[in-house]
Amino acid sequence: MAKTLFDKIWDDHVITTRDDGEALLFIDRHYFHEGSFHAFDFIKQEGRGVRRPDLTFGFMDHYVPTLGTDVADPEIRNMIDLFQKNSAEHRLTHFDMGDPEQGIVHVVGPELGLTLPGVTLCCGDSHTSTHGAMGAFSFGIGASEVAHVLATQTLWQRKPKSMRVTVNGKLGFGVSAKDLILAIIAEIGAMGGTGHVIEYAGPAIEDLSVEGRLTLCNMTIEAGARSGIIAPDEKTFAYLEGRKYAPKGKAWDDAVIHWQTLKSDEDAVFDKEVTIDGNAVAPTVTWGTSPEEASPVTGSVPDPARVADTAQKAAMEKSLDYMGLTPGMKLQDVKVDRVFIGSCTNARMEDLRLAAAVLKDKKAKVPAMISPGSTAVKRQAEAEGLDKIFIDAGFEWRNSGCSMCVGINGDLVGAGERTASTNNRNFQGRQGKGARTHLVSPAMAAAAAITGCLTDVRTLMKEGV
Amino acid sequence: MKPFNVLTAVAVPIDQPNIDTDRILPARFLKKSRNDPDYHKFLFHDVRFCEDGSENPDFILNQNAYHQAGILVADRNFACGSSREAAVYALIANNIRCVIAPSFGDIFFSNSFKNGNLPIIVTDEISQNLRRQLREQPGAEITVDLPAQIITAPDETKFPFDIDPARKERLLEGLDDITLTLKYENDMAAYEKNRAASRPWSIPAS
Repeated sequence: MAKTLFDKIWDDHVITTRDDGEALLFIDRHYFHEGSFHAFDFIKQEGRGVRRPDLTFGFMDHYVPTLGTDVADPEIRNMIDLFQKNSAEHRLTHFDMGDPEQGIVHVVGPELGLTLPGVTLCCGDSHTSTHGAMGAFSFGIGASEVAHVLATQTLWQRKPKSMRVTVNGKLGFGVSAKDLILAIIAEIGAMGGTGHVIEYAGPAIEDLSVEGRLTLCNMTIEAGARSGIIAPDEKTFAYLEGRKYAPKGKAWDDAVIHWQTLKSDEDAVFDKEVTIDGNAVAPTVTWGTSPEEASPVTGSVPDPARVADTAQKAAMEKSLDYMGLTPGMKLQDVKVDRVFIGSCTNARMEDLRLAAAVLKDKKAKVPAMISPGSTAVKRQAEAEGLDKIFIDAGFEWRNSGCSMCVGINGDLVGAGERTASTNNRNFQGRQGKGARTHLVSPAMAAAAAITGCLTDVRTLMKEGV
Repeated sequence: MKPFNVLTAVAVPIDQPNIDTDRILPARFLKKSRNDPDYHKFLFHDVRFCEDGSENPDFILNQNAYHQAGILVADRNFACGSSREAAVYALIANNIRCVIAPSFGDIFFSNSFKNGNLPIIVTDEISQNLRRQLREQPGAEITVDLPAQIITAPDETKFPFDIDPARKERLLEGLDDITLTLKYENDMAAYEKNRAASRPWSIPAS
């Protein structure tokens, strides 16, 4: 029978299937972070160890400071201490504060060649969907399942349904993977992918860089899907070859032979199919408090009065009330108080290069900061002189971490402050209590910093950038 | 894990769709121990409490009729977003052991079962019907009978629900997953040996 890419990876990892239909899946990679302490507590209480330390890797990202290494808050210090203690106790490879390979788990995993096509990968973080961009089946889990993977290197799973999002055409000038995923979520909804693994396919996806694909799969969780996945191709192989933990020599050759089979068969059938016109995607911004509440930046704040469904109308009114926006106002008239470029969604080299191209010889009108996706990205950006462009433009050039995306290291947006951010969630209070978040691409974030308003970056780029 | 069998409790309607887990448990509480005596206060903290720590009278859980709620009836895509299992811990700390909604965030749905909390998927119509009754009769009770897979509404209407049989069994018996899994040790060891031989590249280099 014809198989999807996902079917092939799934079948390769089933250890056994119970009569009730649940499969015991082998997990090739398990990533943990400071927030995984509950799971280490569980296995400790039960007197269990880590079954496969060779497949388990720790990333210091959620609580790590982005300025210096001093942590004044004792509760945050405790998170960092627990991460170090648990890593040491179980002898797990981990990328600690100050390590040249430290950074956000979903940036560093692919960067070190730990994330590979054809593997199953879990982490106690919802944005684990990111790694599907390399052709892996990757998904976020809660603390109980983290403990289960630590102790058994397996998980019980019922096979999700399959969905294919085909993106035809080509993304236009000034339009990035971030705009595409925001447009896709606006189209299918924040629960449009629930219960499914979404495979992205089509010419616009093939055309994306590996980094753009990582952005796309990263935010697939915001459509409710179990994961996103993209067939690995020559770009994927070229990205991985020679990276620290990627296979070498004969193992590499064998791997590539296997990876070349990882694509959906021509006649494979998906439970759901969606087609998107890539040519029609504009730079996109969110105006509400769910990632599905997004519009082209050239548009206006929608009017709840024009929504027929009463529940949807009430939800929209609540979103606009929280966001402090008036129906009908032009999105480009919305003033922002600050700009954040960072997170597992948009803090890779390509993202920083795009933002720098917009910011070169310009000044930010509002406070702005950048937290690179990894320490390696930071080094590379500095080697290319991008840090100077950012600093000259008035941006703070920080260290790598989850930073202002989730705010738990203390990098917070103030109450009532409006931010244009490259992260993944515009939820109420996500970037700080009372913070108002507009999700945008790195180029759009740079544009908003320059004008102090949400801005169609294409207008600035035409002006000679 | 505490088993789940039949629960009769005051139910509270939560009318907004897409309530994310950041709203259910703001991120700054993620560093708290589950043994923190204030854990129950973290649930919906930023909408439930005012700046001075007093209860926000407009938030539904603070209304007298719903103070003892043990069941939530929510709108679509409840608990989407972050994988934080602490969202489930905060519900349990408030003795809320069941959430009924048309759809859930995928990871929250799994996390619930691991902690003896029952998430039930119903149609939009049933969710709306239950929430309407709960608004009309504040403090009304709902009964959730897991063995029979029946929800009994305040007006005595009975709604059957579906549940994965494996998850049902584990909830009824309060079974620990890891112990069950390790019964498959022979299968697991054989798989690991075979994988190392057939896909040697899948073991990290260096």
